[in-house]
Order: sequence, then structure tokens, then C-alpha cells
Amino acid sequence: MNSVDSKPATSSLIGSEADSQRTLYPYVTGTSVVGIKYKDGILLAADMGGSYGSTLRYKSVERLKPVGKHSLIGGSGEISDFQEIMRYLDDLILSDNMWDDGNSLGPKEVHNYLTRIMYNRRNKFNPLWNSLVLGGVKNGQKYLGTVNMIGVHYEDNHVATGFGNHLARPLLRDEWHENLTFEEGVILLEKCMRVLLYRDRSAVNKLQIAKITEEGVTISPPYALKTFWNFSAFENPTLGAEGSW
Amino acid sequence: MSTAAIEMPPKGGFSFDLCKRNKMLAAKGLKQPSFLKTGTTIVGLIFKDGVILGADTRATAGPIVADKNCEKIHYMAPNIYCCGAGTAADTEAVTDMVSSQLKLHRYHTGRESRVVTALSLLKSHLFSYQGHVSAALVLGGVDVTGPHLHTIYPHGSTDTLPYATMGSGSLAAMAVFESKYREGLSRDEGVNLVAEAICSGIFNDLGSGSNVDICVITQGNQEYLRNHLLPNPRTYISEKGYSFSKKTEVLLTKITPLREMVDVIEGGDAMEE
Repeated sequence: MNSVDSKPATSSLIGSEADSQRTLYPYVTGTSVVGIKYKDGILLAADMGGSYGSTLRYKSVERLKPVGKHSLIGGSGEISDFQEIMRYLDDLILSDNMWDDGNSLGPKEVHNYLTRIMYNRRNKFNPLWNSLVLGGVKNGQKYLGTVNMIGVHYEDNHVATGFGNHLARPLLRDEWHENLTFEEGVILLEKCMRVLLYRDRSAVNKLQIAKITEEGVTISPPYALKTFWNFSAFENPTLGAEGSW
Repeated sequence: MSTAAIEMPPKGGFSFDLCKRNKMLAAKGLKQPSFLKTGTTIVGLIFKDGVILGADTRATAGPIVADKNCEKIHYMAPNIYCCGAGTAADTEAVTDMVSSQLKLHRYHTGRESRVVTALSLLKSHLFSYQGHVSAALVLGGVDVTGPHLHTIYPHGSTDTLPYATMGSGSLAAMAVFESKYREGLSRDEGVNLVAEAICSGIFNDLGSGSNVDICVITQGNQEYLRNHLLPNPRTYISEKGYSFSKKTEVLLTKITPLREMVDVIEGGDAMEE
């Protein structure tokens, strides 16, 4: 088979079984997730786009999901790996329920579990290609953390994945404060999502905002943000500068 | 007909002769010297009466801050200024060069320089060097046709925009602009928005830091606000100042003026023709 090609075999057809099972590059990806703590709990926002390379292939991907009674997860990166993570979490919650002891896993515990999974997969050179945001409230304590594909994890008052780190975090650092009301929190998240919509090529104008409080989880139905394109400079950009663009 | 090649006068500027050799050496493992980059957040915006340009003041050489307070807003013409990001030498040289060309052009035409003139000179120079002159510029000014703001990329493409950001801190600054820019801002609102955008770059980007420089250009007037904001002062300065240890004795203080090195001879011989 290799009489003409003397290079070492790199395709999965010829390589070992193990190689073809690893995630080498992501295929269908979700873009940023942004999360903030507010007065009553946590707010997460994510759009509903699943890009296949540079094509916007899927426009109704739910990237915000509840986990157990006390947590919310938002996932960016490879969608199939996110679905696998949801399976792991379902098993985890199921086992926890089977104890039937009145205790339930809180967001801190779920975040720790996710961190272990992500880091261990990374050590085996077979990562789950995701950046996750995990938020929740248990016994009045709010928790918001993030973990990514190499196992880097931390918690903060506001987190973002992907492009959100560059575009949303500066805004959040400036304008987040303790005791945001729900309305203020949504306005702040929408501001961040709007900037991401303008400046991230893989963003779509169809987003969901999810809220978690002591009472439970609410995920909003999908909606679109208003955008403004009517700057006079955009209408005739080369006025007075003929020949340029 | 002569078969020898015609002697061309040296054109000056970039010579590509060593590129092949450098590439070969790098492949063999030679560590290339890192150049002084300006990391940078630079912004510009158009407000009611003209253009406001802003820049941070940190120059980096790899991971080290080489200059804590450099000037990134360069003079092009009395009514045109240009912020530069990328390799410091490239931005300095290219803006100086075009500034001189604009001055000569002003003498030739007897008119105030136009922003599109600077734009065309810069973009054709950068394009001819195919991106090797690593200068990303925000060019702004007010001329007879009105206020103009342009961005110029190292390969020579340009954009005409109402608000623009460039440099490593451009995303942090653009986040501020996209959420807060409106048309018809007043001068103070514009200056505050520019300062906010630069501060966003300074505090959220590692390649930008130190102080905020601002330049406000309006019809017939410009204000260069060097170090308009100093949000990074030295936090701990010892009030005692520096004191010598007790063992040091000051024996004598004597000030010796340096002797004049050059002896000027009055009425010396004239230079030979």
C-alpha cells in the first residue's frame, strides 16, 4: 500500500486504532459564553450558532443547559464534546440522586468534577475541545467558574470564553458591581453580546439568556438583539476621500 | 549596444538582499533579535467638530517594557496626526518620511495638506514593501473637505471609519467604542470616550500600559494633550528619600566645570576652495 509514499503513515486509515479516536481539531463549534453574578444568582448568555469551519451550519444549538438542581452550564467549542460532557453530567446527577440522602451536588462540586475530567483528558492527549462556564446557587452561596480544554479553571464574578475574553471582559471589569438587579444584569449581558455580534465573525443574532437562583433555572426562549448600522460615515465612506474605500 | 547592466542609483530604504540568508539561519536555530514593538492601543474617533486621536504610552521589547512613556501620536502636518502601532522604528520612519513629503507638497501647492494625500502616500509605501514594514496606523485630520479618520494596515489596505482602533489592545478599546459611540459627540464627551477606550486597553491588554495621550484636531486648530491621564502612578515612593549609610563620610564637594573642547580661532584661514 505504501510503495509510492515513503512518508510515515499519518492518515487514520493506516495509523493505529487509538489515533483515530482522538480529538485533533474541532469541527462544529460554538462561540463565546458570557456569565455574571448578580444579586439573586447567576446570569449566563450564549448565542445559538454552531459553525462548521467558516459556515454557519446550525442556528438552533442550545449551549446553555441546567445541571441537577443547583447549576447551569454553558459550553463553547466542539459541540459533540459538549454533548458528551452533558452525558457525563447526567450520569453524575443520576448517581447522586440514587443515594437518596437529601443532599445534592452544588455548583462547586460539579465544577470540580468537570475540571478533573478536562484535565485528565488533556493529560491523555485526547481533550474535550471545550471552554465551559459553570454557574449556580446553593444555600444562598453564588458560584461562577470556568474550565477549558487544558484544565485551566478559576472562579470569578464575571467570566467569558473565547472571544468574550477579549471583547466582553473589559466591559464587565468596568461596569460589573455587586448587587446588580436582574434587569441591570440582562442589560449588561446584552451589551456584551451586541459587541460580540458586531465583532466576532462566528456570532449569530439569536441568543438565549439563562438565569439561576435559589428557586431554580429559567432559560429564556431565543431572541435577537437590535443593532445599529446607520452611521453617516458608513453611508458614504469615501466622501472627500475619492479613490479610497 | 552595451551588455553591461545600467548603473542604478541606490534607491534607499528596505533592501531585501538578506532575507534569504536570515531565513536559512533561523531554520538552523539562530535566535532572531526581537524588535521594539509598540504592543499598543491606538484609537481615533470623529466627533462633531473634528477628530480625536488617542494612544497609550508603553513600548515593549518582547516581555520587557522598554519605554514607559513613549509618544505614539506622530505629527504629519499642522492639521493631520497619525497614531502608530507595530514595530516602533517602522512607524517612526514611515510617518517622518510622509510628513516631510507632505511639507514639500505644501510648498509646491501653497495649500493646506489633505488627509487623503497622507493616506495615499502611506498606503502606496506600505504596499510596495508587501507587509515587511510592520506599521499599523490610525490617521486622522481635518482639512478643507472636513474631518477624516482612516486606518492603514501593514500590507497597505485602508479603511475609512467613524471610529477605529488598532494594536494588541484594539479589541478591548473597540468593545468600549461599540457600546458607547454615538454620532455628534461634543469635544469633552469625545475626549472622555477616547480616554475610556485607551484605559480599557491599558488595563486589559498586557502589551499596552502607562499613560493616555490624546490629540484633538478641529478646523484650524489642534491640541496635543500629552499624558492627558496618568492612571498608573508609582504607588510606593519612600518619603525619606535616599540617605547614605552612616559609614559614608562626605569629605569634599568640588565642582569642576568641563573645559571647552573646541577652541574657536577668530579670523582663522578660510577653507580652501
